[in-house]
Amino acid sequence: MGKLYKGVRLYLHYVSIQVRSMMQYKTSLILSIIGQFIGSFQVFLGIFVMFQRFSRVEGFTYSQVLLCYGIVLMEFSLAEMFARGFDTFSGLVRSGEFDRILVRPQNEILQVLGSRFELTRLGRMIQAVVMFFYGIWASGITWNFAKVLTVIFMLIGGTAVFSGLFLIYAALCFFTMDGLEFMNVFTDGAREFGKYPMEVYGKKALLFATVIIPYAWIQYYPLLYLLGRETSFLFMLMPLGACWFLVPAWLLWRYGVRNYQSSGS
Amino acid sequence: MITMEHVCKSYKIAKRNAGLQEAFRSFFHREYEVIHALDDVSFTIRDGEMVGYIGPNGAGKSSTIKILSGILTPDSGTVLVDGRIPYENRMKHVKEIGVVFGQRSQLWWDVPVIDSFELLKDIYSIPNPQYQQSLNELTELLNLEELLRSPARQLSLGQRMRCEIAASLLHRPKILFLDEPTIGLDAVSKITVREFILKQNQMFGTTVILTTHDMQDIEALASRIILIGKGKILLDGTLEDIKKAAEGRTALERKGFAAGRNMTGERTAAEGGNVSEARTDLKNKAAEKKYRLADGKTVRGQDAERIGKTIDETIAELYRSYDI
Repeated sequence: MGKLYKGVRLYLHYVSIQVRSMMQYKTSLILSIIGQFIGSFQVFLGIFVMFQRFSRVEGFTYSQVLLCYGIVLMEFSLAEMFARGFDTFSGLVRSGEFDRILVRPQNEILQVLGSRFELTRLGRMIQAVVMFFYGIWASGITWNFAKVLTVIFMLIGGTAVFSGLFLIYAALCFFTMDGLEFMNVFTDGAREFGKYPMEVYGKKALLFATVIIPYAWIQYYPLLYLLGRETSFLFMLMPLGACWFLVPAWLLWRYGVRNYQSSGS
Repeated sequence: MITMEHVCKSYKIAKRNAGLQEAFRSFFHREYEVIHALDDVSFTIRDGEMVGYIGPNGAGKSSTIKILSGILTPDSGTVLVDGRIPYENRMKHVKEIGVVFGQRSQLWWDVPVIDSFELLKDIYSIPNPQYQQSLNELTELLNLEELLRSPARQLSLGQRMRCEIAASLLHRPKILFLDEPTIGLDAVSKITVREFILKQNQMFGTTVILTTHDMQDIEALASRIILIGKGKILLDGTLEDIKKAAEGRTALERKGFAAGRNMTGERTAAEGGNVSEARTDLKNKAAEKKYRLADGKTVRGQDAERIGKTIDETIAELYRSYDI
């Protein structure tokens, strides 16, 4: 527990250095805050347009879809908030900065996460929070303790799955020396797919999202429980089970660090 | 105590010719070349030693430093640093070492240097009183007082290097790796850095391993020199040994050529054998033999030549004679 506390404290110290760095460039900071603020309206615009066109998709009402999207967006933003440092990881490897990380007595993952912090993430986080509560409010679900717990599990499991994807994305840089754009299909893509319950995309997609990358575990199945279509506790616990996904992601990362070849002198 | 035994490390590097067409072809059919960065490297460094690790670019200096600091895992061989295997228990290992990469900064670019130091304090979990003491000492010795409150990006190279060195010593490492610490510095900064490193070694008994292309660094700092070329250790001894070796080798080569010319312009098998034999001897640090070879008149001739020869020229000659 003490270790975890220390880790969090160190991470916050990293973040505070990043924020202090950003404050060095006043104009840039102010402009990105304005940009974020304007950007937030996009989401609402998208929702509004959808509202005009559909009232029902594959047996899900609009408000149910909204709940689904609100939760997925929240999961994604939480993961992004912590783990998006992996996005620029290929740069760290190529510039040799990862060498520096390796000669410091702290977990490599923590240091990579602390190496970048962007305000844009805060902006998207705000969007997600608004969408999340709007989705919950609009869903018209009668909440009870089990359902609230399910939502919390979904947030935990979802953050884990998306973080795992970011980690895999970074680990692949050890072998290719470059970021792999196709991985975005699984990260940003998943956020977009996540707007609708997985069932909408057909049986094969649902199978993929159940067996290969556990998207459905953090979205479709617990959603069924929330909407009262399934009553088994299994559906409620599935998002927690999705955390297993971090294990292969972490193993791939370990393997990558072992095979790290550094660069130049 | 640092020991490396029979350490090998090789890289696979993709090769192709110039041009778009070639780039396209190599996309489908890639040719690799294996580069032996380290080829059976062994040496031992005792506590408190100051070792200059020299060799031309691409000789394997950085690979050695990276293996010793736990960044790279060797292909084979054993590495022990104070009883630790660097790449096995990385975290425990790096707590006890300091690394300065002359060409890369470890300070956070946009914040005052002192902010970087504070973060390092947390990274290395340095207790507060020890941190304050180290900071005060380093500030005084490296004259950092004026620099601590400026962002790293606004410092001159010399100022920044002083801060870099301080940053890697805050946690009081027992071993300090310096990878080209004086690269690009002006004379005053170079001297400050050298004096400081020397003092650090004398005061705390810090083991220092230094790679550099600046032979004056070596003259000022290293009591022992390890010469590496094409991944192999070629010489291991004092600066004097190196100088002698350089002379001996040049004398040898000259003698070989002279003899060769006498014999219808071709080198005889005997002479050739002589040269390679001496080469092996040199690797074994048996410096005597070449003196016997370069006896009498020849030595005096060499001495005359040595006057006015800079250490750089001597080293360049040595590199050439090893064909590295």
